[in-house]
Amino acid sequence: MTSAQGKAVTSTPSPVIAVEDIRKHFAVGSPIAAAMRRKSVVVKAIDGVNFTLNKGESVGLLGESGCGKTTMGRMLLKLDEPSEGRILFEGDDLATMQGPALRAYRARAQMIFQNPFEALNPRFTIAQSMDEPLSNANIAKAERADRIRKAMDLVHLPDPAQFLERYPHQMSGGQLQRVVMARALILEPTFVVADEPVSMLDVSVRAGILNLFREVRDNMGLTAIYISHDLALVRYVCERTIVMYLGCIVEDGPTEEIVKNPMHPYTKALVAAVPVPHPAQSHAPLPIKAGAPDARNPPSGCRLRDRCPHAFDRCAIEEPKATRIGARKVHCHLFD
Amino acid sequence: MSDNILCVKGLKVTYSVGTARIRAVDDATFDIPKGSIVGLVGESGCGKTTVARALTRVMAKAAGFEGGEMLFDGVDLLGLSEADMNKLRWRDIAFIPQSAMNSLDPVYTIEKQLNEVLIQRGGMNRREARARAEELFDMVGIDPRRLGDYPHQFSGGMRQRVAIALALALNPKLIIADEPVTALDVIVQRQILDTLKSLQERLGLSVILVTHDISVVAYVCDRIVVMYAGRVVESGDTETVLTQPFHPYTMGLYNAFPDLQSSEGLLTPIEGHPPDLSDPPDGCRFAPRCPFAQTPCSTQNPTLVEVGSRHVSACLRVDEAQQLREQAAQTQTWMGAI
Repeated sequence: MTSAQGKAVTSTPSPVIAVEDIRKHFAVGSPIAAAMRRKSVVVKAIDGVNFTLNKGESVGLLGESGCGKTTMGRMLLKLDEPSEGRILFEGDDLATMQGPALRAYRARAQMIFQNPFEALNPRFTIAQSMDEPLSNANIAKAERADRIRKAMDLVHLPDPAQFLERYPHQMSGGQLQRVVMARALILEPTFVVADEPVSMLDVSVRAGILNLFREVRDNMGLTAIYISHDLALVRYVCERTIVMYLGCIVEDGPTEEIVKNPMHPYTKALVAAVPVPHPAQSHAPLPIKAGAPDARNPPSGCRLRDRCPHAFDRCAIEEPKATRIGARKVHCHLFD
Repeated sequence: MSDNILCVKGLKVTYSVGTARIRAVDDATFDIPKGSIVGLVGESGCGKTTVARALTRVMAKAAGFEGGEMLFDGVDLLGLSEADMNKLRWRDIAFIPQSAMNSLDPVYTIEKQLNEVLIQRGGMNRREARARAEELFDMVGIDPRRLGDYPHQFSGGMRQRVAIALALALNPKLIIADEPVTALDVIVQRQILDTLKSLQERLGLSVILVTHDISVVAYVCDRIVVMYAGRVVESGDTETVLTQPFHPYTMGLYNAFPDLQSSEGLLTPIEGHPPDLSDPPDGCRFAPRCPFAQTPCSTQNPTLVEVGSRHVSACLRVDEAQQLREQAAQTQTWMGAI
């Protein structure tokens, strides 16, 4: 399984995805309530995000609930439109994509969903679920059975005859997640977004799905975004990690560097907070103030400043820009 | 035995669903030493939540006790009348349910919900209740001025703190917390665990922490009880069980867990899935997934045997544990067990 790892890295990296100053603002509450409060209630789910993904790269999008990571994933697949900014796929703006170009993108970019128990239609057999994307993509009927069998092989559900006529409730969570992956891979995408694909699974099953994810990604040379709140999982599948906090990127760099030497104060706290499965571990207080981030009313300047132990005057006034340090980008006034 | 606040022996709980009888807890045996935090771990469906609920005797209608003992401070909870059991709840045994979001009533203020416990159960007057409520909020790290707020005005982590405050209201001896940090982000999770641990030490509480996450157990628990398919397969001091496991399931669980501190290694899944508890296999329930299973494992039911100081394991091959541990550390051992 590990032998295929080196394969993904290709010679000259050209961005598959370029995210340029993306913002996504949601209006919340009724318009009347908003008018009476005389200020617009807008949640800035994504507020000025920039990054690029090279071919064959796996990048973890890491953050707490509400940081905007899932919204980011949905926009990358054009399931949501950004309020401002552009997302380019191989140089083409997703916003202006339509007709055949959009259809082609829908086949090449796929989502692996979080909850395998909900991602499949309970009234469809597995065969029907697998057939749906093929029929949407106008694949000839004669070809489909073969494609389905190949996709099932890919996710190690051998003997498809045993599974294809079953309904989702007749299968275990691990098997279902394999089907969900097979369904995402059946159109041979080049780009996948996996949104917490193992969070609903038991630990003993989880490892198998993560290994499978690594294997298919390497064998197919996929460019992948792995959305998670769990740094230990992200580290297992992604060589690069983007850490988000309240709609902004705080740190972006090689996962091992981030785990071993986090630079941004938020990342430091995040790394320190991850429990490990053995008793020898630090119980030191976290280097961050308690408190929940409020996306409706984020602080001015740096969004972390009300929880950050290092905050100083400038943090309240100026939003930190990306500072390049080696292979990393850190958004913090301590470093610029 | 007197240093145990709780001794569970041979506990059996069965759910009747139609004609099927699902033995969710089948002969569970473990002790909770006074003043310790014990992690009850296992995968979904292993019976850990059923055990936790059984201890309060608040269970689903379909669930029934089929046998066993639950000795709380020497008194068998199963022998108590409902009225006597009710007296113990909140006062001696408090329960923090799985999701704090659902355990709080959205239409009442937190103070009102605390008062329900403090006044109606604890017999305090309004002034005493107010003072105690403020003290409780202080203890769990919430500004007492927020007592008048409604649940929706709190974040998830704060609501979990409120649930802990509620559980502590009448100074119970034993707190049972069912997945108290599962839905929370890591930073909040860590802060809640720190609060729980410091309160436990300060108040000398005994805590049962039900969780699927062995890193949470490693972080906060003195002891660990590992359940599989309705049975306890291993229990002992956290450090010993995690570093010197005797049961292959414990070994497998440990291998499957990502570890941020270790250098990169391959995670190893346990192939297959837990058995159907309406028709469990004979012998060891883990045998169908166990790479070390031998012929007797599928017929002979292993019982918990002592393998060290206050450390028990239910495996027919406990004597070979050292050797099995070495093999279990190799990924290929677990491949193709099925």
